[in-house]
Amino acid sequence: MDEASTSAPVFAEMGRNLIVTATLRTGSYIIDDRERGVFKVNRDAFTSEDVLRRERELIFNKCWLFLGHASELKNPNDYLTRSVGGQEVIFNRDRKGEFHAFFNVCPHRGAQVAREKCGNAIAFKCFYHGWAFNNNGKFSTRSQPGVYPTDFGEDGSVDLAVVPRLESYRDFFFVNFDAGAVPLPEYLSRSKEMFDIIADHSPNGMEIVGGVQEYSIRANWKLLVENSYDGFHAVQTHETYFDYLTKHIGPDHVAKAVANISRPGASRALDFGNGHAAIETIAAWGRPIARSIPPWGEEGKAKAEALMKELEARVGPERAVRIGDRDRNIGIFPNLVLNDIMAITVRTFYPIAPNLMEVNSWALAPVGEDPVTRKHRLDNFLEFLGPGGFATPDDVEALESAQRGYASSRFSPWNDISRGVLKEQPAADDEAQMRSFWRQWDRLMRGAE
Amino acid sequence: MSVATMPETSGQAPDLTRDEIEDFLYYEAELLDNWSLDEWLALFERDATYEVPTAGAADDVDSSTSLFYIADDYQRLCYRIDRLKSKAAHSEWPRADLVRLISNIRIGEPVANGRAVTCKFACFRSKHHNTDTFVGHIRYVITRTADGLKIQSKRVMLDLNSLRPHGRISILL
Repeated sequence: MDEASTSAPVFAEMGRNLIVTATLRTGSYIIDDRERGVFKVNRDAFTSEDVLRRERELIFNKCWLFLGHASELKNPNDYLTRSVGGQEVIFNRDRKGEFHAFFNVCPHRGAQVAREKCGNAIAFKCFYHGWAFNNNGKFSTRSQPGVYPTDFGEDGSVDLAVVPRLESYRDFFFVNFDAGAVPLPEYLSRSKEMFDIIADHSPNGMEIVGGVQEYSIRANWKLLVENSYDGFHAVQTHETYFDYLTKHIGPDHVAKAVANISRPGASRALDFGNGHAAIETIAAWGRPIARSIPPWGEEGKAKAEALMKELEARVGPERAVRIGDRDRNIGIFPNLVLNDIMAITVRTFYPIAPNLMEVNSWALAPVGEDPVTRKHRLDNFLEFLGPGGFATPDDVEALESAQRGYASSRFSPWNDISRGVLKEQPAADDEAQMRSFWRQWDRLMRGAE
Repeated sequence: MSVATMPETSGQAPDLTRDEIEDFLYYEAELLDNWSLDEWLALFERDATYEVPTAGAADDVDSSTSLFYIADDYQRLCYRIDRLKSKAAHSEWPRADLVRLISNIRIGEPVANGRAVTCKFACFRSKHHNTDTFVGHIRYVITRTADGLKIQSKRVMLDLNSLRPHGRISILL
């Protein structure tokens, strides 16, 4: 603390202010003291306009962002429109079935050329002046001779602007606004294993179920990153959900699963590199993929056994157990959550302001899933997840409550993310997965490539 | 205020009148605004459903094939009420202030012992100095039973592009 001690006014104050000075001196919002086992995040990271501006520049304009799932565009010429990382984007397939991502902006004067949520179109025609484009983005406007030069648009300047990068892994399509970004598989690093596990739920592929939950949370987007794989809060915040489970499937079952959250062997945090992380445990709820619960009856039990048999035959017994009987909350840096729990939710969110995010949440399920199992899956989803679930609204309350608390960050400056920091193998109710996120966030915010 | 009582009859119950239906809907709205949860639950038949599809969904959307916000059978609805009565339902404790307005009541086709009824609604939820507005239409099936009028099904259609800026439907709509 030599340098800090040269600053007389700070030196006279309390120890925590010394830490503030030390941290701001390094240009970082985190304290990552591995020797002392302390990890802290400065609360200004959740409130500062300047931080958000730099996040847009250094994170959302440089990282791979989830665009959509291949199942959302089943046929050639299908398209959908979506806001991704603050940009309006068309995600579509052309006549040959090739996937594209364009900015939904007319090269002429800027109006949106596709104005419906989804559809099937061989061309896009701007409603403002009628400029038209093939669904491969090429300018296809017919004009009277002499109106434009004969070589007009030959340089591609009046084609729909292409999103610099579009790549997919196991049917998950991502965009990157940085043409020089590393390829998606390299970016995803070891988290590819998670996409593999999810894709392997079914021999027929996976699909987004109809219906999207689009909602907002009046809190900083990074709070939802933390919350989405926070095993520590589950039993405390979601007491009423666990009450429901206890009534629904029995106290012994629930007690055992709750113990699993911290039990070595049953529970672990996984770091995949590049800020991607997950927690994995064995939870109480039923899984529509091979883990039945008593209320699903003999029929449910038989279906689960059949699903497990199919899995074992296809991927081997060890991986079958991992797919069928393990629950995982996955965070793909920066803003994609894949929670493979009582159902699979695909959730992405983007900051509108430091204290406001917009969330999109979908359900992912096996193609051709048996209707009874599909119903269990959707019931499971709604019981826990989303704006009307028995759990998510209380998460929203917690995040918004914390956000209000950060108004006092000058006096109470630090979030503590130290739980389990000294363990060799942190559990699902530790905070190692969040530290993986924050270390990458900090690295990028300090300008690392 | 109480629900209109049913005259003692045998055989086919008499058709529901507009007055009865309007009284019933206003009574239901008052129970919800007052957080009279048990009394509200008592308005439902034992095999009733309570559903809120995602914003902007079609009226005939099916919860067995599409993602909803809420798709409760009677059992899950009972637990929703249990949960809301707990102080650990953090989102709604302390209670939000609620006001709902009901209008454009249309009485539709007769069904067994009752009527299909639709209305428009606006519901305002105020908490932490934010007021969120839910607007849309509700599709009911209301029946006459020995115990007075009951809800056989209630499907709340949110005529919103998305559930923004709301973060939740932790109240009852």
